[in-house]
Amino acid sequence: MLTTPSSLDQRFGLSRRVVLPGPLRLDGGALLAPVEIAYETYGSLAPGGGNAMLVCHALTGDQHVASAHPRTGKPGWWQRMVGPGKPIDTDRFFVICANVLGSCMGSSGPASIDPVTGRPYGMSFPVITIRDMVRAQALLLDHLGVGQLAAVVGGSMGGMQALSWAATFPERVAACLMIASTARHSAQNIAFHEVGRQAVMADPNWRGGDYYDGDPPAAGLAVARMAAHITYLSEAGLTEKFGRRLQAREQKSFGFDADFQVESYLRHQGLAFTDRFDANSYLYITRALDYFDLAEEHGGLLANAFRGTATRFCLVSFDTDWLYPTSESRAVVHALMAGGAAASFVELSSPYGHDAFLLESPELDRVVSGFLGTGR
Amino acid sequence: MSLRPDLAIIAAHVPRGARVLDVGCGDGELMAALRDECGVDARGLEIDPANVAAAVGRGLSVIQGDADTDLAGYPDGSFDYAILSQTLQTARAPDRVLDELLRIGRHAFVSFPNFAHWRVRLSLLWGGRMPVTRLLPERWYDTPNIHHLTIDDFRAHLAERAVTVDGAWFLSGDKRTGGAAANMMAEHAVFLLRRNKPR
Repeated sequence: MLTTPSSLDQRFGLSRRVVLPGPLRLDGGALLAPVEIAYETYGSLAPGGGNAMLVCHALTGDQHVASAHPRTGKPGWWQRMVGPGKPIDTDRFFVICANVLGSCMGSSGPASIDPVTGRPYGMSFPVITIRDMVRAQALLLDHLGVGQLAAVVGGSMGGMQALSWAATFPERVAACLMIASTARHSAQNIAFHEVGRQAVMADPNWRGGDYYDGDPPAAGLAVARMAAHITYLSEAGLTEKFGRRLQAREQKSFGFDADFQVESYLRHQGLAFTDRFDANSYLYITRALDYFDLAEEHGGLLANAFRGTATRFCLVSFDTDWLYPTSESRAVVHALMAGGAAASFVELSSPYGHDAFLLESPELDRVVSGFLGTGR
Repeated sequence: MSLRPDLAIIAAHVPRGARVLDVGCGDGELMAALRDECGVDARGLEIDPANVAAAVGRGLSVIQGDADTDLAGYPDGSFDYAILSQTLQTARAPDRVLDELLRIGRHAFVSFPNFAHWRVRLSLLWGGRMPVTRLLPERWYDTPNIHHLTIDDFRAHLAERAVTVDGAWFLSGDKRTGGAAANMMAEHAVFLLRRNKPR
């Protein structure tokens, strides 16, 4: 039982950080201790704790789901979805968002100090999995005094965490909402990530990951981001936004400047990313994504991951998302159907590709609020 | 409850607490009624994303999919009742959809508009044009109904496939009409079916 009103409890609020003693046993076999987790909470935890909701972020996301990013000053990455009166209504729900394990926004990751050496882990940080991220979040919930989640919600990598939550801790998840995601990384997904990792590692500043006392491998990380960014957009979206239009010039330069607007845009995206993200974290999190195969964790049969589950599921895909296409969501839906789970699925139409889940979409709002019961 | 008459018949005959799959559930009108008034555990399949969104908005579990292709994923006998209301005539392979329905549900409700209703017959006989009626409001080129059938067609099909009829209701407007003249007098029909047990 809580004895302090939640508004006064130091565990709750924006920009929280906790060091949990651990050790956390990781899928790769290593023990991680301590486990540091940066997180934010919004709204108030109801006395019974029944209104807690976990929002999981994507690859390069963070805990600032509905608060300004401390480095860029930009609004929270899902501010249009999370807040008072929004589909994820913080007047009703106690919303938790934690920086994933392996990231660089305050949770334990390769840039954290290894207590054994007193220096940043770098590549000695253990390789982590999506399930490891989920287990770390479970430790955080224990710390917050949250037993069962009313819902776990996420898009993209956040959707994988949501699914992994439902498979790993079914008794702690009443409802699972997976948006624009998949139950496993495809060969194409892995291929794009490998291009990004090789770009980082080919940067002479990377130095085997031991760059924290010098210049970071920004050029490599920018290229990685550029390649990944293409996968977040649709071809039609790129054509509509840029076409073959030239960037601040009348004619082609017959050189290798950013002649085309699309080149200029990607270069900007790549560079801006390096200001806020650690290259080694990018390596570790993309690895975790590539290792993700929920069926593999359950004897090769995805239906086994959800057999007998009492969790309600809702899956949403977007018709122009070629990173995690509708067929991937359908595979999960079929597994849920086979297990008799209460499942909903809808493919929404959007010109914006994978990024659609972060953008304005009244249809998505309607599905999310409907599924979470905030629309009724 | 102000359900469409054929849905009201179905709702009146689904026992409390049953597990129900509504194939072609639209915006979830029947499912919501079954859940709220009969304590039924209802699931839905619906092809139109706007309808799915509306049904999810009602707190229902509905999967976007096509009756012609997406029924295979449901295990045998996984529902007490499988419902196909006003959808049979829109299927590309209605006979296979019916087979799937009887595989998934221990019982199946099927409702469809009767193409042998006298208004339809008159329209074709005297007007020489494809009928546009209250229940069949679309013209020939924009109708989703691609496999028109009559009550007698359906009865013959059930006999061929060794399907047991546990109940049949015939409607003209919202009034019941008798079974003997149903093929002429009924605008639509509701059948409660069950697969004969193989000997």
